[in-house]
Amino acid sequence: MTASVSGKKKASPQVAFWKIRDNHGYLYILPWLIGFAVLQFYPFIASLFYSFTDYTVTNTPSFIGLENYIKLFTTDPEFWNSLKVTLLYTIYTVPCKLAVALFVAVFLNRSIVGINLIRTLYYIPSLFGGSVAISLLWRVMFMDEGIINSLLGTFGLPMVQWLGSTSTALPTICMLEIWQFGSSMVMFLAALKQVPQSLYEAAAIDGASKAACFFKITIPSITPIIFFTTIMQTISALQNFTSAFVITNGGPLKSTYVLGLKLYRDGFGFFKMGYASATSWVIFVLIMAVTLLLFRSSSAWVYYEDEGQF
Amino acid sequence: MISRGRKITNKVFQYLIIAIVGVMLLYPIIWMFFATFKTNKEIFGSVALLPQIFSLDNYISGWTSSGGMSYTDFFRNTFILTIPNTLLTVCSSSIVAYGFARFRFKFKSTLFGLLIATLMLPSSVIIIPRYILFNSFGWVNTYLPFYVPSALACHPFFVFMLVQFLRGIPKELDESASMDGCGSFRTFVQILVPLMKPALFSAGLFQFLWTYNDYFGPLIFVNSVKKYPISLALRLSLDSESVVIWGKIMALAFIAVLPVMILFFLAQKYFVEGIATTGLKG
Repeated sequence: MTASVSGKKKASPQVAFWKIRDNHGYLYILPWLIGFAVLQFYPFIASLFYSFTDYTVTNTPSFIGLENYIKLFTTDPEFWNSLKVTLLYTIYTVPCKLAVALFVAVFLNRSIVGINLIRTLYYIPSLFGGSVAISLLWRVMFMDEGIINSLLGTFGLPMVQWLGSTSTALPTICMLEIWQFGSSMVMFLAALKQVPQSLYEAAAIDGASKAACFFKITIPSITPIIFFTTIMQTISALQNFTSAFVITNGGPLKSTYVLGLKLYRDGFGFFKMGYASATSWVIFVLIMAVTLLLFRSSSAWVYYEDEGQF
Repeated sequence: MISRGRKITNKVFQYLIIAIVGVMLLYPIIWMFFATFKTNKEIFGSVALLPQIFSLDNYISGWTSSGGMSYTDFFRNTFILTIPNTLLTVCSSSIVAYGFARFRFKFKSTLFGLLIATLMLPSSVIIIPRYILFNSFGWVNTYLPFYVPSALACHPFFVFMLVQFLRGIPKELDESASMDGCGSFRTFVQILVPLMKPALFSAGLFQFLWTYNDYFGPLIFVNSVKKYPISLALRLSLDSESVVIWGKIMALAFIAVLPVMILFFLAQKYFVEGIATTGLKG
């Protein structure tokens, strides 16, 4: 009895102290709370609202129901093409980029002299992201008489109309994205370093082959990071804008007219804000669907050492 | 003896592959550098890497040509945009991260969940209402559409990254500081911020890089040439000519990527560690 009382006495001022202190937490996250409410949550809901209106900046928005969506899905000649181009861009770039990154990371994950320098040099293309400067470089290199065709010529290969033909323009833009695999590679390299050496030692004792080690130990151990990278890369690929805008401006014949570009044209070129909001919600639903699909599939292939750590 | 010989050939082969891949990756940048000295005739229809003469004409004519504005102005604009934006992001993100990592308050896990959810919130879905909002505030054609979201920690990547980093710093440090009568803000500034330096530096570098490379944001929110950052200026230089002198465009593009390259080589440790430890996308 006495012991518990004295215990309480001892604890209470401290508990009170921490309680008051803990409420400071709100104060510290206040900037984010405001930012989240005003600059993220409100715009998110507002764009859904605008997508049901005919807002064009100059008029007051009036409710038109599903008209924007109906127009998008049935009469807009651009929409299905843009959707297809966006999905193709994502399907071409994300798996290729990650496969290259993983392959190179595994190849570099051994005792190599100068690994830091190699890692640094391979990372350089990633520095430029979706910058205009590099998009311009791509445009020059892949012109009909550009350096790429000149190089093909010296090897006796036929010239390709990279940016001028509907079949190659999109892959050419995809190559810019895949070229920047360095940042994913650095992440994979870091993950590979975390794989416990003891697993390989145990496998070696059991007489496991190199290939078995790779597929049964290496790959499963880094699946969480592969999963995370896949999601983030997919989200950004579905929203691609700059390279398609600067390199081909959507052409030729809209073969690179991604949804991001359509959103920009409709919203900020023609100021059809309501209509562009509908497009933005299609992009959002698309991203959610793909993310959900990836999450659903993750239980089949992503291996977590500590379940539910997140 | 045989196996040793084989080992050496293996090593040579390895380095050969590494070198070939490296050259393929960096060739566009190297080619870009030399193209800045070339004429259109040399750029097109030729595989020669080196220019016939190293002349700075492309740089000189490109620097001043864009309608009364020079790249000095565009560079100044770029830094007026990117540097405060970076500092604001780092300050606000670290403060918010401190709140999430070190305090227990009601709805904390819900709010943190929302923060994580915004990581996946596509920027294209919020851009139109943001534009309408900022337009009604009269902020279009100022840099406020960049500064304000940064000051309000609207880049959840960095908050998340710094929360993760703070979790790795023992809580006993703050506890003993408060025992000694140190207020929670002072604890943050004097005890935690010095320990967070590497993470803050990484966050700052990435935010600088992203703002510097960003094209969509300035394209929408900045519309007078006077306030153009480099990214918009490059497009302007391209569009303002009837016959494009590509060497000039390459010179300007090369100048535009140069600060990023210099920063990268000066601080590459932070770049690579920043990605490796936090899973940031580059």
